[in-house]
Amino acid sequence: MKTRYTYGGDEHIYVEVDDEMSLDAFFIALSLSNLVRAANIPGVTEILPANASFEVRFDPDVIAPDAMMAKIKEFEHQAEAQEKRLDTRIIEIPVYYEDPWTHETLMRFRERHQDPTGSDLDYAARINGYDTVADFIEAHHSQPWFVSMVGFVSGLPFLYQLVEREKQLEVPKYLRPRTDTPKLTVGYGGCFSCIYSVRGAGGYQMFGITPMPIFDPEQKISYLKDFMVFFKPGDIVKWKPIDRAEYDRITQAVEDGSYTPRIAEVAFDLDAFNQDMTGFNAKLMEALNDA
Amino acid sequence: MTLEIIKPGLATTIQDLGRPGYFHLGIPEGGAMDRLAFRAANMLVGNDEGAAGLEAVFMGPEIKFGTEMSVAVTGAEMPMMLDGEPRETWTSFTVKPGQVLSFGFLKTGARIYIAVSGGIDTPPALGSRSTYPIGALGGFEGRAIAAGDVIPVGNGSVMAEGRVVPDALRRRPGSPAELRVLTGLYWHRLTEKSQKAFFDDDWVVAPEADRMGYRFRGGQPMEFVDRPQPFGAGSDPSNIVDGCYSYGSIQVPGGLEPIVLHRDAVSGGGYFTLGAVISADMDLIGQLQPNTPVKFKRVEMDEALAARKQRKTMIEDIRQALA
Repeated sequence: MKTRYTYGGDEHIYVEVDDEMSLDAFFIALSLSNLVRAANIPGVTEILPANASFEVRFDPDVIAPDAMMAKIKEFEHQAEAQEKRLDTRIIEIPVYYEDPWTHETLMRFRERHQDPTGSDLDYAARINGYDTVADFIEAHHSQPWFVSMVGFVSGLPFLYQLVEREKQLEVPKYLRPRTDTPKLTVGYGGCFSCIYSVRGAGGYQMFGITPMPIFDPEQKISYLKDFMVFFKPGDIVKWKPIDRAEYDRITQAVEDGSYTPRIAEVAFDLDAFNQDMTGFNAKLMEALNDA
Repeated sequence: MTLEIIKPGLATTIQDLGRPGYFHLGIPEGGAMDRLAFRAANMLVGNDEGAAGLEAVFMGPEIKFGTEMSVAVTGAEMPMMLDGEPRETWTSFTVKPGQVLSFGFLKTGARIYIAVSGGIDTPPALGSRSTYPIGALGGFEGRAIAAGDVIPVGNGSVMAEGRVVPDALRRRPGSPAELRVLTGLYWHRLTEKSQKAFFDDDWVVAPEADRMGYRFRGGQPMEFVDRPQPFGAGSDPSNIVDGCYSYGSIQVPGGLEPIVLHRDAVSGGGYFTLGAVISADMDLIGQLQPNTPVKFKRVEMDEALAARKQRKTMIEDIRQALA
């Protein structure tokens, strides 16, 4: 890993812990951003942790850009030495794969796609070496995922699958981003899955849709009353494939306030996970199934 | 005290100086795109510079005033009438209950700012009245204003009429508009030839230009330094492992059309960025119409900081001129 520091204009410093994705890079970026936050450096206005990088926004009238960068660098070694462990939760998210709404949208933006002849799932299955879309969908939901970043728009989670690198699924983003994506689309770009929290622009391939809202500015949905954003970095997700009938049932339950997401408290320890991924995930699933 | 919206214009939103602090969740700072013009409008009517007002793009709204108040319109040049009588932009005037403000066709610039004494008094969301329509947050019911909306206005005192921002203190983009850029972020991904071409090429504002970002076209497609793509980025050479974006950062999906993120920026994503427009020039982008010719100009950090200082001085000069 080679940490790279660069300016984003005169108000931002961007720190790329690694140019490739790994949970090691995620934990170092998170630790480093937490150390910068805890240092209460005058002039720092915002800290944004990301998958394998983070960004600091600062006021250059208070602290000079080069001084700001030097301050962040001071914490690099300490961040690398920190424990890679989190107390977190695992959440079951229902997904209706190959739904009619994302299909209508992907057909509308076909000329912006690498392969205009098929669907996003056809393309993703093929370039990842799966014989059928069904096999690819199975690979997408059979093992849990780790929220390694929240952002893009209103509380959108980026998720990284908890499997060996050779089992990771990877797809490019659209050649030119779409100007429209249905709300709650389950998307895919690079090695990341995501849930589009609101309707809008997007560059990720579209695989399906969840009936479970994850952002509510009015804070009326039962599980979003305390805060309008559902996800935070470190959350673990298990996709649960559902059909149209189940999708409609959950949508109705969310509306009448009777839907409660299935959630269990768990700990994530990167060393323990790396030693036995299958065993570690089995324990996560046990906790979820008991919830 | 109220404003009644007779015609809303194209995408007129309530804005203030934004809601910093939630970008790490994907909720952008938002607020007026041309902050200098926005502050000036508030100064003209005797408000705090951060009081909420209206931002209208390309087309003005039609507004009926519920009570006597001071009004000022700044930003783009757009003819304006109070009950059919012409009024000057960048100048305070007083309106009586029942009077109607309307606008003619846009002449130059892109966005006008309408300030009223007392400021707009809709309920703040996460500390700001700025409208973030994508997240249905803030403003009037989280959306652009519509015909029939009755917008609450706070208590303010009526100022003297005819307070004017001197012409020299009205900042406007030149022609072609020059946007100063600090290279950085993923600048190293471009070949030397494309690095040079970005600054040499003539660009124009594309039709897809809004509060989230301004898209540009007309320049050459960009070429990338050859490399095996890092794991997790995606196979297109313009793809990166999704990281944070900054306000003003310039992404070029597929190496084709640069997009400069603005006040309603997305907070992260997986396209490489080549640098960022300097903070001092963000106001100018808010005044660009589609098809406006644009040149990007490379600057270093010291020039960016000098420009930032110069802009601050200009705002201070407006304060002094209206004191």
